[in-house]
Amino acid sequence: MSKLKTIRSGRFGVSLLLDKRTVRISTLLFVLCAGLIVISTALGSRYIAPVSVVKALVGMADPADQLIVEKLRLPRIIIGLLVGASLAVSGAILQGIIRNPLASPDVAGITEGASFGAVLFIFVFMDTVSIHWMPIAAILGAFAVTALLYLLAWKKGVSPLRLVLIGIGISAAVKSISYMLIISGPLQLAERSLTFMTGSIYGASWDKDVITLLPWVAVLLPIAWLQARKVNIQMLGDDVAGSAGARVQKGRLLLLMLSVSLAGSAVAIGGAISFIGLMAPHMARKLTGPSFGNVLPVSALLGAIILVGADLIARTAFLPRDVPAGVFTAAIGAPFFMFLLYRSRDRF
Amino acid sequence: MSQLEVRNLGLSYGDCYVFEDLNLAIPKGKITVFIGSNGCGKSTLVRSISRLLKPQRGSVILDGADISGMKTKHLARKLSILPQGPAAPEGLTVLQLVKQGRYPYQSWLRQWSREDDAAVKKALLSTGMDSFVDRTVDSLSGGQRQRAWIAMTLAQETPVILLDEPTTYLDMAHQIEVLDLLYRLNAEEHRTIVMVLHDINLACRYADNVVAICSGKIEAQGRPEDIIEAKLIESVFSMECRIIPDPFYGTPLCIPLSKARDGAPSLLSLRNEKEKAAY
Repeated sequence: MSKLKTIRSGRFGVSLLLDKRTVRISTLLFVLCAGLIVISTALGSRYIAPVSVVKALVGMADPADQLIVEKLRLPRIIIGLLVGASLAVSGAILQGIIRNPLASPDVAGITEGASFGAVLFIFVFMDTVSIHWMPIAAILGAFAVTALLYLLAWKKGVSPLRLVLIGIGISAAVKSISYMLIISGPLQLAERSLTFMTGSIYGASWDKDVITLLPWVAVLLPIAWLQARKVNIQMLGDDVAGSAGARVQKGRLLLLMLSVSLAGSAVAIGGAISFIGLMAPHMARKLTGPSFGNVLPVSALLGAIILVGADLIARTAFLPRDVPAGVFTAAIGAPFFMFLLYRSRDRF
Repeated sequence: MSQLEVRNLGLSYGDCYVFEDLNLAIPKGKITVFIGSNGCGKSTLVRSISRLLKPQRGSVILDGADISGMKTKHLARKLSILPQGPAAPEGLTVLQLVKQGRYPYQSWLRQWSREDDAAVKKALLSTGMDSFVDRTVDSLSGGQRQRAWIAMTLAQETPVILLDEPTTYLDMAHQIEVLDLLYRLNAEEHRTIVMVLHDINLACRYADNVVAICSGKIEAQGRPEDIIEAKLIESVFSMECRIIPDPFYGTPLCIPLSKARDGAPSLLSLRNEKEKAAY
């Protein structure tokens, strides 16, 4: 038990358990992430020396560098961090409650629901309503699809298997409706929609994107961490969870809502970036084991690193073209998914 | 003295009744074993008693109160159940599993109290799993794995523990290992243990109280020495057998008769007269 650090305050009745290995891994990933932020800020169509990057971060670089760092690169990187972390944690929650390492927000229909909301908004309200409302449409889409999923999966409670099977079905159906809209609409709207459906954090800004997403992440991630016990107990199966005094169905609904809120808000800002919700939690489990209190911080950091890394490649590898980051997460993610399928072939 | 009582229990899946009007009292501080053929409803009964299933009629009374109205965590501090064939996620360590037995005592503020720590240590010690804390559950042998799950149940510190077929899928040595552990827990900590077993002979050896269930009805209940007779086994399992006292433990020992094989000639006198005539 020496691997755990207990924090207790008798006066407030507060107690907490930290896994030392997770603290070490998280610290390492945090440093890695900070390094990536500096490198990512330095690279681009104009190279800025890391020293200047650090200067710019504290507001002391020369004006041209300051402008590029502050207005262009930094908000985009911050959005990458927030979107990546949200998708990863959303996936970690889903994999916990569905008890399947292949579950992720893009498989369960959450991402497709958000995309559908956004595409519908682009086609119906683009001329009349400000683009600032598009994230709201995306989140509404994610929740609407999840509500439908829950309703269809309900049979005296919702079982994990029904949830994932119906999710895959709904996901495909909703995606095809989105494509139908795109095909039948005008070209410039189609292009915009397709970029969204691939996932891109191009042109992210402080006032529009960061301000919108930051409160969600700042509130939802700590809430998710406090629910760790609930995710852990769900992973042991409905019977064991019920025996240990968990309200299984209520917990499952609450955790699903949390997962949808995280993925929905991330997709609303970053578009339908795929596979991060699958990969990051999986890698986190390999590093720290399946206990959710450990998986959450590690997969959040991994998700952030993957997306910022993918976006760095996406915007620098094909200069002057700026490729959507979602192309690269899919390029790493799809083979990863095949590998997981191959490895788990004996389980199903 | 009974701590757990089933009154007028009625439960059905669709139109098919499992129980219609079942009454049962489970003695406190004893080991009660349910026996019966496959599909007779013994698992369903255990699951109803622990509220994993909601019966349509009747009630389960624990310490004088109906469990259907109890708060989930409150019930989980009084009664725990280890379901059949539980599965742990890949990579979960024994310590992480056993810690979760403390769920009903925790809240988001109180994540790990001194009591939690003490209960987990005690559970690990009494199941002999204290040297396996950092091993992953999936790397253990069948018997060790079941002991790890039992440790989680023990960490819950409930006076009543139910186990649905705790020895299924285990080889004979591991079955004995698990049953010895439960026997010791009952003897040392006086916890009420209720379990489903398939092996009649092991049931007779370890149980204070055997409940024989046949198609949703209780055929007999009592000390194994008092109730286990060839006639009862025949009606519950539709299987011909002879009952002799176990030469080592003195508890009833059931010898199933084969249709294909004859008994040793010197023991033919054990068969009844009618059958003898047929040979």
